[in-house]
Amino acid sequence: MGNVKKDFQKILGSVQKPVKGEAGKTGTWSSQKPVIDLNKCIPVKSGKPSCFNCWLYCPEAVVSRTIPPQIDLEYCKGCGICMEECPVNAITMEEEYKL
Amino acid sequence: MTVTEDNKMDIRDDIMILTGNHAAAHAFRQAKVGVVSAYPITPQSPVVEKIAEFIADGKLNARFVKVESEHSALAVCCAASATGSRVGTATSAHGLELMYEMLPWASGNRLPIIINLATRSLGAPWSVWTDHQDFITIRDVGWIQFMCETNQEIYDNNIQAFKIAEDPRVYLPVINAYDGYILSHTLMPVKLEKQKDVDDFLPPITHHINLSDISQIKGIDPVTTPHIVIREEGTAPGYYEYRFSLQKALENSINVIKEVHDDFAIRFGRSYGNGIYKAVETDDTDTIIFAMGSVASQSRIALKKFRSEGLKIGLVSLRLFRPYPSEELREFFKTKKNIIVFDRDIGYGYEGVLSYELKAALYGLNKRPNIKGFIVGLGGRDVKTEHIITGVRRALNDFEQGIFTNKTEFLGLRLDELRDYDESTYFKNG
Amino acid sequence: MVNVMDLPEEEYIYPGTRACAGCGMALIYRIALKALGNKTLITVPASCLTVLHGMQGFCSTKISVYHTPFATTGAAASGILASLEDKGLADEITVLAFAGDGGTTDIGIQALSGAAERGTNFIYACYDNEAYMNTGVQRSGSTPLGVKTTTTPEGKYGHKKNMPKILEAHNIPYVTTGIASYPLDLYEKFKKAKDIYGPKYFHILSPCPPGWGYEPKDTILIGRLAVQTGFWILYEVENGILKLSKPSSRYLDPTKRKPIEEYLKTQKRFSQMTQQEIQVYKTYINEMWIDIERRIKSQEI
Repeated sequence: MGNVKKDFQKILGSVQKPVKGEAGKTGTWSSQKPVIDLNKCIPVKSGKPSCFNCWLYCPEAVVSRTIPPQIDLEYCKGCGICMEECPVNAITMEEEYKL
Repeated sequence: MTVTEDNKMDIRDDIMILTGNHAAAHAFRQAKVGVVSAYPITPQSPVVEKIAEFIADGKLNARFVKVESEHSALAVCCAASATGSRVGTATSAHGLELMYEMLPWASGNRLPIIINLATRSLGAPWSVWTDHQDFITIRDVGWIQFMCETNQEIYDNNIQAFKIAEDPRVYLPVINAYDGYILSHTLMPVKLEKQKDVDDFLPPITHHINLSDISQIKGIDPVTTPHIVIREEGTAPGYYEYRFSLQKALENSINVIKEVHDDFAIRFGRSYGNGIYKAVETDDTDTIIFAMGSVASQSRIALKKFRSEGLKIGLVSLRLFRPYPSEELREFFKTKKNIIVFDRDIGYGYEGVLSYELKAALYGLNKRPNIKGFIVGLGGRDVKTEHIITGVRRALNDFEQGIFTNKTEFLGLRLDELRDYDESTYFKNG
Repeated sequence: MVNVMDLPEEEYIYPGTRACAGCGMALIYRIALKALGNKTLITVPASCLTVLHGMQGFCSTKISVYHTPFATTGAAASGILASLEDKGLADEITVLAFAGDGGTTDIGIQALSGAAERGTNFIYACYDNEAYMNTGVQRSGSTPLGVKTTTTPEGKYGHKKNMPKILEAHNIPYVTTGIASYPLDLYEKFKKAKDIYGPKYFHILSPCPPGWGYEPKDTILIGRLAVQTGFWILYEVENGILKLSKPSSRYLDPTKRKPIEEYLKTQKRFSQMTQQEIQVYKTYINEMWIDIERRIKSQEI
């Protein structure tokens, strides 16, 4: 057998390890990106943890539950759910080239 | 519940009279299988009944998942194996066919699962009697395959199978087959080894996946593309590399199989030829019968008959069917002249599987032996010594006349007794 | 009732997955994993979720996942659990099976039924996008009546299979329905299920932008409409006792329910519903609620 592992001992079953952006930079999927108007954003205005609908409803988990909430535009797919679910219409979808 | 082999000696560690099914069950018990998952099917059911009994009596500390089909049985085994346990199951015929989807899942994942196969014919029409068709239908999915001739061999092969399957140079699933009813339900003496000795031979499993260790996050069996993946976090093989690896592991496992067989022989004093095939009375003749399982057993009697009449015939009983030992067989048969193959199976549309696979293996020889194949015993039709004798004589006759054919012949048919059977008129009165 | 700050901040799914923009299932999965934590082993059959997990070499979850063939989810979960029990780890690690509606109501129903009948201690969550979405929107046993799919261009015959009721018939300790649009309700339920021993079944409606025919931004809105029209009822059945969940409880009163047309008109897959079929829907919704009401009343006795 020897000390050198043969290929078939190094390659067994198909396995995965976790990585960020498995599908690549999914921010490139959409040219539209969410922008938060901090004058309207509830937790920003009150200074207290509150609302955070954008964090809660994001399917991609690219919004942080911070004051103010921050959106990772590298991975945001531009679905627009955060815009729809913001109770005070603080979020608008803007064309990326404008940002 | 713990195994207390050393204290309450209600299982004696010497020779027991066991059916083949129960021999397999005892092997599972002594191998300390962790998870068993099975579904009843004739003629395998007593294997799992016995295992359930062992668990209930505290003689085996295993989880027995009583699933609702064989497909689920092998699915449970695959998942349990991937989580890190030693697993096994048993089935026959249609149960094995129902497991078919999961067979490549197990080999592709390199899971060391053991299946005991009590062979049985495939329907339609229904048959519960033995032939080797179920065993051969799964030969291309990447499992190691053994065929047994005695109940002692069933027990021994199981113990060896776990050791082979779990070897880091192998990590492959194994099927250990034995004839339904002929072995599964027939009582034979079987020596059970001391638990301590089995433990020495077979240490606890170290699995290459082991999902139960959640400190190591793993995704298992994702969609795998034809390409390789190169990222800054690392590189990953493509499907083609995984398949290459499976083939190479299978090819290389022959060495481990021989190693384990020889180690077992030294420790426990029992061997089966060279671990690949058993050569019976082959030294003084160049005319050899090639068969496996019950057909090989029957051929041993034919040898005696021939030799009593002055005709020297030998027998090679194949133990390892997959990976196919083409080099070992070529080495053996290169000095032989005549081979008569008896298949208790058939590759429909072609001929018996043992026959054509042997022909392919010997193709490269400068001096190719004569080979003729016969079909015997499908659906449990009794394989009689006289069939073997007829076959050998007919083959030798053909060889003398230089006749070669890939067409196979069925021995033991009773067409002449059927008189005027015709299905189209069968249902008409008068 | 849980509020948004009760949820842990930690994410168990990395961003940048292959799920569609606005995927209902991605949100459901995210919430479920938050509730269950990382002492979990997950099994997933062929489904959109398989794709979310990623291709060879690299996955998007921070929890181990065992992929399994289509028909075997219930069996694979049983196998993982059996191995954990064998190793004495079953008390520490939760077993989660996460399958689509095809893998649950059609091809996977046998294994699920077997696992439930055996009293397997695991959570089975079906995310229901009401068709075989991963293979291109073919009808499944969970597709609602009249829906246009690639294999039912004329509209699907018959109502969707009532999986929660089928699982109730297995006498398991916990059966519940959920929806992507009420993540707090879902979180609470997963947290509750984690501490129950025995089979737990979740049937979670998962709006799907490409399959249902709407803009990704409307996933939550459409799910909410499903609840507000009474078409999708959020409830729990714990040891046989039915309890309406808070988002659905007001719709016991039929006058509070929005007209079903409001739900149907949002999605292209309902674009060819006839008036007759819409009437069938109204009757269907009405009968579902009458049944719920009857059960609640009989429990009060």
